[in-house]
Amino acid sequence: MERLRFATVGSVDDGKSTLIGRLLYDSKSIFEDQLEHIEAVSKRRGDDYVDLSLLTDGLRAEREQGITIDVAYRYFATPKRSFIIADCPGHIQYTRNMITGASNVDLAIVLIDARTGVIEQTRRHSLLVSLLGVPHLVICVNKMDLVDYDQGVFNRIRQEFEQFASRLDLQDVTFLPISALAGDNCVTRSKNMDWYEGSTLLHHLENVYTASDDNRIDTRFPVQFVIRPQRADFPDYRGYAGRVAGGVLRVGDEVMVLPSGLTSTITGIDSPTGPLQEATPGQAVTVLLADDLSITRGDMICRPNNRPRVAQELEAMLCWMDDTAPLQPGKIYSIKHTTKVARTKITEVLYRLNISTLSRETGVNQLAMNEIGRVTLHTTAPLMFDDYHQNRTTGCFIIVDEATGQTAGAGMLLSPRT
Amino acid sequence: MKTSLDGLIDESVTIIREVAAEFERPVLLFSGGKDSVVMLHLAVRAFAPARVPFPVMHIDTGHNFLEVIEFRDRCVSEMGVQLIVGSVQASIDSGKVADVTGPRASRNPLQTVTLLDSIAEHRFDAVFGGARRDEERARAKERVFSHRDSFGQWDPKNQRPELWGIYNGRHRQGEHFRIFPLSNWTELDIWTFIGEYNIDLPSIYYAHTRPIFKRDNMLMAVTDFLPPDEGSVVEHMQVRFRTVGDATCTAAVSSSAATVEDIIAETAVARVTERGATRADDRMSEAGMEDRKRTGYF
Repeated sequence: MERLRFATVGSVDDGKSTLIGRLLYDSKSIFEDQLEHIEAVSKRRGDDYVDLSLLTDGLRAEREQGITIDVAYRYFATPKRSFIIADCPGHIQYTRNMITGASNVDLAIVLIDARTGVIEQTRRHSLLVSLLGVPHLVICVNKMDLVDYDQGVFNRIRQEFEQFASRLDLQDVTFLPISALAGDNCVTRSKNMDWYEGSTLLHHLENVYTASDDNRIDTRFPVQFVIRPQRADFPDYRGYAGRVAGGVLRVGDEVMVLPSGLTSTITGIDSPTGPLQEATPGQAVTVLLADDLSITRGDMICRPNNRPRVAQELEAMLCWMDDTAPLQPGKIYSIKHTTKVARTKITEVLYRLNISTLSRETGVNQLAMNEIGRVTLHTTAPLMFDDYHQNRTTGCFIIVDEATGQTAGAGMLLSPRT
Repeated sequence: MKTSLDGLIDESVTIIREVAAEFERPVLLFSGGKDSVVMLHLAVRAFAPARVPFPVMHIDTGHNFLEVIEFRDRCVSEMGVQLIVGSVQASIDSGKVADVTGPRASRNPLQTVTLLDSIAEHRFDAVFGGARRDEERARAKERVFSHRDSFGQWDPKNQRPELWGIYNGRHRQGEHFRIFPLSNWTELDIWTFIGEYNIDLPSIYYAHTRPIFKRDNMLMAVTDFLPPDEGSVVEHMQVRFRTVGDATCTAAVSSSAATVEDIIAETAVARVTERGATRADDRMSEAGMEDRKRTGYF
């Protein structure tokens, strides 16, 4: 059975929690003790209805304030697929938490209230989905019951969105008219919207085609750990463990190791569940080579005729995440990229992106918490990387404050502007 | 063989290797419970044919199910890993904590002190736990690499963002990380793994008959440490344990599931979460787990 990771983005007002509650409830993934618990809490607080957001808002502070602050993970399964939901906050002050939740999903759901249409928040969420390179986006036009299930309203919102989204890099966008509260087009088809011929949300989640989302062309294998058993029964075993970041590794393939540039041939691939003939993106394997090369953590195995870029002067979109200090150009930070750790200085903020209007603000040389900008950076050691849009795994990095240890920034490497 | 667990196994193995690469003194918490058993099996597979490069540790309340302790010792000896035992009894004897008394006493909350003392004593900087996000609301919010300050405290409002598959384990001396490689596994995934890879478990996970008394609608097993409550009726019932913890606060469920297949079938249609069904410790308050985790609990 396949597994799909998806993010839901939005605030309680959009009906996000109701939608998740609906998916969980209709797929029978809410347990009785959980339901009893939230019923009791809702009643005690004097709510008119059972507040399904209590299912996902797990922290004391969230329940007290009635908002989602941090990402919550929920799990459900149908006979067709297993699902991991990253339930993300929608408020602008929790942008970093939304990015955290949406960074590694296959699909994102953005909710639009049918009564208000595309608003600033919709634009912001869609921009972040586009920046993060999430392969599939679903726009749920929710609360259709409150606009008399009017096709005209749905079409107008759709056009409005498409006009705005033409400026974004979105690969696959699906529009769905739903009512999470009434259940229209969530799990079962709506009888109230005969004009809608597409599938229900759950059907879409079960069937969206994700097999081609991984980069299966450019072979990339960052070495994570060298396995050398100190055991008499394996005197010569030397394996390079890691997770395939791109392309396919096959026994017999000629490979090149960077940064040394030395070449060898794959003689075997071990995995946690036994030996393999080939390994594809996402698989955690151990690669055995014909030659005894000096290879350490942080090195990259690729093909001699298809190598990542290698550079110390880099350009990236950077989201600042540290609430204690803004990004300071010139300050030394730690950078972690694939399995490699180095030090870095941000040399320049080229522009700050206004995430509500998409306008580029120049002349700022700082990024505060939740701000995103295009930067140049310089690293103490060369990174072996790809453009983020070619490969999310070899194109992403984090910046760590060396004094506090905080994850201060998250970046996506891009080809330099010409 | 491709299975639904492939992505999960790959993720967990990657997390375990990352910790071995970046931390100086990791340890894996191993109670003999099913999640810690699966975690240990994944660690073995992560480094094979080399041995697991860190020890395992059990925080022992002294109030155990006999079958689980026997299993624990057999398991570590078969896997060739070193076992460290942090003893709650020793913490009581040294005066660090006072033993609990009374009709509903459980040493479960005392474990936090022993756990933090053991981490400090051995200078562990990364502590693997088998907790899953589907277990409980507060756990659904926790990172895979979860920072603990020098008091062992979790600050849920100030968690480090955790993006893509990059983990940040930077810490100062005296601080440590809790690492949760099974974060994205569900109870059903755990049982699927146990079935597919023929993983041995303590016998009490499968249906058996034992003396039981009822407390707050939970089925409590009569043991040396847990005499029946006054006025309760002891019955011989067919039960199994969905979770295995301290014998004084872990309840059984009525079940005839004798094999992994039976349990998978039962889990697939279960209407109550495993902690809701079996853990007296989670029933204390709405934020019971969050509060305990803040002060350093598992």
